[in-house]
Amino acid sequence: MKKLAKIIGSLALAFTLSCGAAVAEDVTMGFIYVGAKDDYGYNQAHAEGKEGVAKMPGVKTVEEAQVPETNDVQETMRNMIDQDGAVVVFPTSFGYFDPHILKVAKKYPKVQFLHCGGLYDAAKHPANVGSYFGYIDEAQYIAGIVAAHTSKTGKLGFIAAKPIPQVLRNINSFTLGARSVKPTVTVQVIFTGDWAMPVKEAEAATSLIDQGVDVLTCHVDSPKVIVQTAEKRGIYVCGYHANQASIAPKGYLTGAEWNWSAVYGQYAKAIKEGKTLENGGIPHLVRGGLKEGFVKVSAYGPAVSDAAKKDADAALAKFMDGSMVIYKGEIKDNTGKVVIPAGTELKQQDPVLEKMDYLVEGVIGSTK
Amino acid sequence: MDEPKPASVIASATAEPPPEPLPPPETQPGDIARERPPARALQWRSKVEALVIPCGAIAVALVLFGIFVWTQGANPFAVFASIYKAAFASTRSFENTLVRAAPIMLCALGTAIPLRLGMVVIGNEGALVMGGLMATAAGLLVVEAPALVVQLTMAGAGMVAGGTWLLIVGALKHYRGVNETISSLLMNFIGIALLNQAVNSWMKDPSSLNKPSSFPIPEEKMLTPLGTTDVHWGIVFGVVFCIVAYILIHKTTFGFQIRTIGANIRAAQLAGLAVGKVTLVTCFIAGAAPGLAGMVEVAAVHGVANESLNVWYGNAGILVAFLARQNALACIVVSVMLGGLLASGGILQRSHQLPDATILVFQGIVFLCILYSESLYGKFSIFQEKKS
Amino acid sequence: MTDAESLGWWGVPIAVLGGALRGGTPFLLVSAGECLTEKSGKTNLGLEGVLLIGAMTAYAVSVNTGNPWAGLLAAGMAGMVLGFIHAVLAQQPKVNDIAAGIAMIIFGSGLAFFFGKAYIQPVAEQLPGIEFGWWSSHPAIRSALRICPLFFFGVAVVFLMQWFFESTRWGLFVRAVGDKPDAARAMGISVWGVRTCSIMAGSFLAGLAGAYLSLYYPGSWTEKISGGQGMIAVALVIFARWNPVGCLWASLLFGGAQALGPALQSVGISSYYYLFNASPYILTLLVMVLTCTNKKQLAGQPGALGASS
Repeated sequence: MKKLAKIIGSLALAFTLSCGAAVAEDVTMGFIYVGAKDDYGYNQAHAEGKEGVAKMPGVKTVEEAQVPETNDVQETMRNMIDQDGAVVVFPTSFGYFDPHILKVAKKYPKVQFLHCGGLYDAAKHPANVGSYFGYIDEAQYIAGIVAAHTSKTGKLGFIAAKPIPQVLRNINSFTLGARSVKPTVTVQVIFTGDWAMPVKEAEAATSLIDQGVDVLTCHVDSPKVIVQTAEKRGIYVCGYHANQASIAPKGYLTGAEWNWSAVYGQYAKAIKEGKTLENGGIPHLVRGGLKEGFVKVSAYGPAVSDAAKKDADAALAKFMDGSMVIYKGEIKDNTGKVVIPAGTELKQQDPVLEKMDYLVEGVIGSTK
Repeated sequence: MDEPKPASVIASATAEPPPEPLPPPETQPGDIARERPPARALQWRSKVEALVIPCGAIAVALVLFGIFVWTQGANPFAVFASIYKAAFASTRSFENTLVRAAPIMLCALGTAIPLRLGMVVIGNEGALVMGGLMATAAGLLVVEAPALVVQLTMAGAGMVAGGTWLLIVGALKHYRGVNETISSLLMNFIGIALLNQAVNSWMKDPSSLNKPSSFPIPEEKMLTPLGTTDVHWGIVFGVVFCIVAYILIHKTTFGFQIRTIGANIRAAQLAGLAVGKVTLVTCFIAGAAPGLAGMVEVAAVHGVANESLNVWYGNAGILVAFLARQNALACIVVSVMLGGLLASGGILQRSHQLPDATILVFQGIVFLCILYSESLYGKFSIFQEKKS
Repeated sequence: MTDAESLGWWGVPIAVLGGALRGGTPFLLVSAGECLTEKSGKTNLGLEGVLLIGAMTAYAVSVNTGNPWAGLLAAGMAGMVLGFIHAVLAQQPKVNDIAAGIAMIIFGSGLAFFFGKAYIQPVAEQLPGIEFGWWSSHPAIRSALRICPLFFFGVAVVFLMQWFFESTRWGLFVRAVGDKPDAARAMGISVWGVRTCSIMAGSFLAGLAGAYLSLYYPGSWTEKISGGQGMIAVALVIFARWNPVGCLWASLLFGGAQALGPALQSVGISSYYYLFNASPYILTLLVMVLTCTNKKQLAGQPGALGASS
C-alpha cells in the first residue's frame, strides 16, 4: 500500500514539476549552510533538520557547508540542480536571498527555492520562491521569564551579533518575558559586530559579568564560548539555536532551540504529494512558533526554581493555545518613544514585527 | 643557497633559469643586464621547464591529496573524477570556474605588480572592499544617468579608491620607510572595518533588514552577463587588466624603470630614476586592480555593498601572484586553476560526504607543492641552456 | 543593584586590565615566537595556521586524555611540525616566505578544521588559572586577576630571549644569520640550521598560544577561534622593533584594546563599534608611521628580513 502511495506521489510530482527524469523515484532536496554544519549553533540546527528529513522514505538529500553569500551560493544551487537533480533547495542563510536566490530562481522555474528568514513579496519575487522561519522569540520570551526569576542582581545580559530585526526581536521578546514577571529587570546588550568571533564574545561576556549581570543569553552563530564563559564564572545562561546544557551542567537554565526537522519534514511531505509553490499547494510564507513545533524550549536546568517553572509553563501553555501576544501595546522603546500604542496587538504573524528597529524599555544599549 | 634578497625574488620572475646562485645586488651593479632574455633559439628549453615543473608539482599534490582522502575512506580516483567534473568537464562547470577566477585574477595583480618593485604588498583585500564601497557610493550619486555612465563612474571610483588605498602603502614606504607588508596587512583590517561601519550606519539602506547593506544599484544599471552565459564582465576586465599590466611592465619605458628599481634600488637611484614617483604610480596601478574587482562584485553580483565583499579573494590573490611568479599573464592561468579548485569544493561534500575543510587541505597541499617546485628551476640539467 | 556587585565605570579599566592579561597572552606567545623567527631573517605569516592547529590539537588531546598539560605539549609539538614544513619551504631558493606563510595558513587551517570536526561538541579539561585576586571580595577583580601560568611562561620567555640575544653565543649566531647571512656563513655557522631551529621554536610558542585559546581563554574549540590573531602578532613584532620585551608591552596593549570595545558597550557607549574594534590596527599603523624613518634601517631590524627591502 505504502509503495503504491509512493508511486502515485512521485507520478503526481513528475506531472506537476514536469521534469520526470530527474525525479523518477526520489525527491532530491539540497541544503546549503553558510558556516560549518557542526558549529553547535545556527548551521548545526539546520543540518540536524536535514538529517531528520533524510530518513524519510523517498527523500534524497545533498548538502554543502561553508558557502559564502556571493556568487558561490549561486553556483552551489545550480550544481545541486544540474548535477544532483535537486528539485527543491533550502539555502539557509539570510544573506542568500537577495540577489542570489532571486537570480537563480528565475533561471530554474521548475525548482522550488525555499529560503530561511526572507520576506516573500509576490509583486517582486518569482513564484517558485518561498520563505520559512520560526518565531524563536517565543522561546526567548520563556527564557526571559526563567532568567528574571533566577537573577539575583536583576541584571540580565544579551550578547548579539548585529542590530538587525531578527536579533532585535529576540532581545525584545527576552526582555518583555523577563519584565512580565519582574518589571524592574534590565537587559544589557553588547553587539560584537560579527556572527562568529569567539574572543570578542568571551570578552563581552566577561565585561557583562563584571557589571553584575548574572544571567546571560545570546544571538550569535555559535553560543558555545558564551555558555562556557558563563559556566566558568559561575553565573547562569540561556542557550540559543541548539541545546548546550551539556557544556554548562550547573548554570544552564533553558534555551531557545530550532526544530527544523519538523519544518523540513512538512515540506518534503508536501512536495512528494505534488504540491508546489506555483500551484498553491505550498504557501509562499511559512511561519510557526512553539505551537506549530518550529521551535522548542530546552528542558529546565537544575537551577530553575519551582516558581520560575510555574510561570514559564503558564506562558508556554498560552503559546500552545494561541492566546499569547508578546507585542501588546503600550510598548515604549528604550528612548521613551511609544512604538506600539496602547490597545494595539501585534500578532506574531504580523510582518511589521519582521522589520523591528528598536529596543524596548528595559534594554540598555543602542541599535546604531 | 638560501639568500632571500629581494633581487632574487624579482629575478625569479623571468623564465630564464639563473645559471648560478645570484650574488647579492650590492656586488652587481650590472644587475639589469640579467633581465635581458638569452638568444631566442635557446629559449625553448626554459619554456618546457616552465611547463613541466608546475605540472609535475600539481601531479605530486594530487598524489598526496589522493593518499589523504584514501586514509579518510574515500576513493581517490572517484574524488579526482568529481573534481574534474565540477571544474572543467562541461561548459557549465567551466563557466563556474571562470566566475570564481575573475576577482582572484584582479586581486593577484595587486600583489604581482608591486613585487616587480621588490615590494611585498598584501593589501588586496582592503583595496577590494574600498573599491567596492566607493564604487557603490559613486554609482549611487549618478544613479539617474544611463547605465553605461553609471558603470563607468563606478569602475573609475573603484579603481581610484583601490589605487589610493595601496598608494598610501607605497607612500608610507617611500616617505617614512614603513614596512609595506605590515602596513598593507593593517590596512586590510582597517578597510574591512570601514566597510562594515559604512554599511551599518552612514550608507545603510533601512530596508536592508537582516543583512545591513548600502542602498542598491538598480538592476538595469548593473553589468550584464556575457551573451547567453552566466559569466559576468569581471573575467573580461581581469584578462584585459592582466594583459595591460604585462605590456606596461615588459614593453614600456615605465615598466623598465619599475624593473630597474626592483632589481637594484640603489643602482636605480644612482642612474637618476625618480624612484618615489615610480613607486607611487606603480602602487596606484596595483591597487586599481583589486579596486576594480570590488566594483565588479558590486556591479555584477551583489548590487549593493555589504560584508560579502570581504570573502578571501584578497588572500587568494596574494598566493596567485607568487605562484604565477609575478608574471601578469601567468596570473590569468593560475587564477583559472584556482577557480577550478574552488569550484570543486562543493562536490567533495555533496558526492563524497567529505567535510567542508577537505578543499582547504587540498588547496594547502597544491600551494605547498607548487611553491616548493619554484626551487627546482635550474636543477634539472636537461632543461639547461647549452653554454655557447 | 548595589555598588558592591557592579563596577559601573570602574568596569572599563578593570576590563582593559583583565583583557590585557587574558587576551594579551596569545599575542605575547605568538609574537615572541615570531620575534625569534624574524631575528633569524625569515618571516612566518603561517603562524595563523599554527595557532589553529595548536588550538585543535590541544583540545583534542585534552578531551581524549583528560590532561590539559598533555594537550599543551601536543599543541607545541604540532606547531613545530608545521614550523618545520615552513622552514624547509621558506628557505628554498626563490621561494618567498610571505607566500609560503599564506600557503601554510591554508594548509594548517584545513588540517585543523578537518580533524577538529569531532571535537566541537565535547568539553575538554581546561588549564588551571592562578588566583591573584584572593585579597578582593569582588568577583570582577578576582576574575581579572585569575591568571594562566602560560602568561608567566610568556613573560619569562621574552626576558630570557632578550638575554639570549644580547648575551649568549647562540643569540649572536641568530642575529648574525638574520643580519648578515654571508658573514655568518663565513664564520662557519649553518644558516639553514639556525633558521630552521628559530622557525620551529617560534612555531612551538605559537602552538602553545593555540592551546591557550582552546584550553584557557576563551577556552573552547571552534573554527573561528583565532580570528586573525596570528597575522596580527606578526605586525606586533615590528611594532615592538624586534625587541622581545617590547613584544610583551605590545601584546598587553593589543589585549587591552581588544577588551575596550565590549567594555565601553557594557557601560552604555555603543556607537561605532566596528571602528572601535579596529582601533588596535589604526593605532599600530599610526605608531609605525610616527616612528619609522626612511633615512636608516630601523634599530633592531634584521638585515636579511625578506619582507623588507
